[in-house]
Amino acid sequence: MRKFISSFIQGTRPFQRVRTLRPIQRALILTIFGLVLLVASNYVGELQAYQGAQVAVYIVAISSIIVLTGYSGQISLGHGALMAIGGYGTALSFTEWNFPWPMAIIFGVVVGTIFGAILGIASARLQGPYLAGTTLALAVGLPSVADQFKILGGEQGLGFDIGDPPAWLQRLAGGNFTQYQWFFWLTAIAALFIFWATTNVLQSSFGRNWRAVRNNPTAASLAGINVPRWKILAFTVSACLASLSGALLALLLGLVTPTAFPLSLSFLLITGAVVAGLGRLGGSILGSVILVSIPELSGALATHFGDSQKLTANLPGIVSSLMLIIVVIFAPNGLSQIKLGRKPG
Amino acid sequence: MSAGLSVKDLSVSHGAIKAIYELSFEVAPGELVALIGANGAGKTTLLRALSGLLAVQAGSASWSGNSLLKKKPEELVRSGIVHVSEGKSVIPELTVQENLAIGGLWRRDKADVRRATKESLELFPALQSRSNQRADTLSGGERQMLAIARALISRPELLLLDEPSLGLAPLIIEQIFESLKQLKAERGLTILLVEQNAMSALKIADRGLILNLGRLVGSGTPTELIHDPQLRSAYLGF
Amino acid sequence: MIVNTLLIGASSGAIYALMALALVLVWRSTRVVNFAQAGQAVLSTYIGYEAMNVTHSYWISVPIAIAFGALIGALVDILFMRVLAGRVQRGPIAEVAPVIATLGLLGLIQSVIGLIWGNAFVQYTSPLSGKGFTIGNETVPFSPQNALIVAAAAVVMGAFALVFTFTDLGLALRAASFQPEIARLAGIKVDRIRTIGWAFAGAAGAVAGVVITPTSSLYPNSLDLFFVSGFVAAVIGGLESLVGAVVGGVVLGIGFAFILQYIGSSVTFLAAFIILMIVQLVRPHGLFGHKASRHA
Repeated sequence: MRKFISSFIQGTRPFQRVRTLRPIQRALILTIFGLVLLVASNYVGELQAYQGAQVAVYIVAISSIIVLTGYSGQISLGHGALMAIGGYGTALSFTEWNFPWPMAIIFGVVVGTIFGAILGIASARLQGPYLAGTTLALAVGLPSVADQFKILGGEQGLGFDIGDPPAWLQRLAGGNFTQYQWFFWLTAIAALFIFWATTNVLQSSFGRNWRAVRNNPTAASLAGINVPRWKILAFTVSACLASLSGALLALLLGLVTPTAFPLSLSFLLITGAVVAGLGRLGGSILGSVILVSIPELSGALATHFGDSQKLTANLPGIVSSLMLIIVVIFAPNGLSQIKLGRKPG
Repeated sequence: MSAGLSVKDLSVSHGAIKAIYELSFEVAPGELVALIGANGAGKTTLLRALSGLLAVQAGSASWSGNSLLKKKPEELVRSGIVHVSEGKSVIPELTVQENLAIGGLWRRDKADVRRATKESLELFPALQSRSNQRADTLSGGERQMLAIARALISRPELLLLDEPSLGLAPLIIEQIFESLKQLKAERGLTILLVEQNAMSALKIADRGLILNLGRLVGSGTPTELIHDPQLRSAYLGF
Repeated sequence: MIVNTLLIGASSGAIYALMALALVLVWRSTRVVNFAQAGQAVLSTYIGYEAMNVTHSYWISVPIAIAFGALIGALVDILFMRVLAGRVQRGPIAEVAPVIATLGLLGLIQSVIGLIWGNAFVQYTSPLSGKGFTIGNETVPFSPQNALIVAAAAVVMGAFALVFTFTDLGLALRAASFQPEIARLAGIKVDRIRTIGWAFAGAAGAVAGVVITPTSSLYPNSLDLFFVSGFVAAVIGGLESLVGAVVGGVVLGIGFAFILQYIGSSVTFLAAFIILMIVQLVRPHGLFGHKASRHA
């Protein structure tokens, strides 16, 4: 546990390649980048702020896929459900038990992480298609549970309205600080922090062990790695990230409903992760940007081609599906690998 | 000559690792040639290259003047080349009778398939009583017999046998090799027999080829090979 | 009461079994879970729908849809899977790549359907009534259409069983799926056989589509949940076994019916998840599966 926390903060020491940034350097870069973003958000419109927040949410969500599938090699088609647990946990504690919203988010994450650990334990023995099937059933099954139980708000869902930005921030920004901008700040800070922390973990022996488990479980176990335990750990960490993204999504939407976490969300996450590249965490940024831009792009294309209703409704699907297929066939390690010309991990 | 098996300067690699270096040899029609060598000598690789399972990097190989290269295994079977691969040439989940039937599926002449099946069962009577048993209930020797029996149903002209004696008791080995001799004599079958068990193989062969680390290091009649002390100790193991 | 539930379960179980059969057929021959199956099936159904609009006959549209289902299945293998097989080898995605590719194909097929036919619900009507049979004073929750569903599934399963057990083609299919290399060395054209397997799977999916769609509506995603159930059923039965697929389908259908009856509709898939977990805890390779004993 201590080792986990220390790698969380410090990353690795021996075996560091010269070109890898030390965590502290990374933190610095990310902080500067973050500050730039936060200031820039003053100068963009509401829509951009909202989309920026969406990107941030996706970054955290796709990171969860990268940890689970890219690093430990386990496929999950049900991360939408894990997001739902985080989102519902957050909204529930906020609405029913009046947790202050930061506590509510933490609660949602804790619930999701615990569930992830249980899921991981149950799934450790499952291989490829069997794991896919099980997580698929979860993805379809879990969101509809909310319909069944009154306490989860049924069809209407539960609200999670964190209210307006705090007064001191409004003053700081000169009075023009909108709610969406506030959302962007919160989600962006969360995403940056998660990105930093997860990169540290993945660069450390944790990442190496997971990769070993993915590449050759037999060899890994012969080398002393307790394969089931590491698989479960990967699931737990992945669930933690996914439920955080679910909580952030709840924040962004202002509520959670069963329809906020459909099956297509799980598929979308996989698309974003695969297209960008499962092997590196940087893929989460590229993937998120792609996911959020697809509707924009398709919208523009659709207008160009006559703006029929059929076109607008289906072009995003065509674009993202084609992208996925082309990437899988021609660049299986994702677009980010092509750019940097790196060999797969 | 264009009849028979003709291999010239064949080079085969497994990925980055070269397994066969510019190998050249000939097998005349009706000959039984034993291909001998230690583990890793490239014998299996050679057979897999000849039967279309492996791609060839350089050189040529032909049977009766027709090139064997760049063809799929199932196409070569139709040209009369049948490869009985090492260790796994029988489908465990299917019965003996089904395993035999597979050999004849591609053929149009179903009457001849029936005849060939009868002949195979006469050659290996042990299989007759096990006709409806699953192949994974057979002993090692019986499986080998089944594999060869099935190969014969495709009416091959050239039979590539990969270590048929592997893991079998000496008595069974003798039995099988006797059958091979019989086959060659009765049907004029050309056989390329890959074996680690050099003694048994040379006893029934017309000629022997010795492979080591992907290269041909010796060839000649069995008598010549056995009486060459260097070759004997280095490669034949006795 | 129980009889009613069983009847409801029989009809949906038949559909799950068909979907599961299609999945297992493809899994055995290509070692891929074909998510695009849901799209293929619904596309075939749309073609049946068009055929019905043109000929005004359900009974003519059905074989047309099935034929197209087979054709589409074969095309997916030839144009898509073979290309894929030649390309993806290494990296974190190597094992899951084909599955993800079929996910992409699914999305593509459904989006293209939406482009051509629109996303609105349309009706593909069958001359058979959707109202339950009346026995005495009671209306049983089993209609002529349900009878067709069960009959169609039974016919398909029977046909497959016959082909696989008694024909040369069936033997070649089995040989090619158990040991493709040995089959090749025995002269079997494994690639062609595999495509035929895909065609069969496509046809099975199309049958499922044309018999179930008259009971509700047709839209690009209308078969998604049936497909997911079929997948769950196939996993429960063990992806290796056709019999397992059928058993899994029936078990799931009846299980769902009971849950629907006594608990509620929103927990059905959660129940599926739990059933899956339990089955896999006890038998990780499904009820009828066996560990990869195929490396002889």
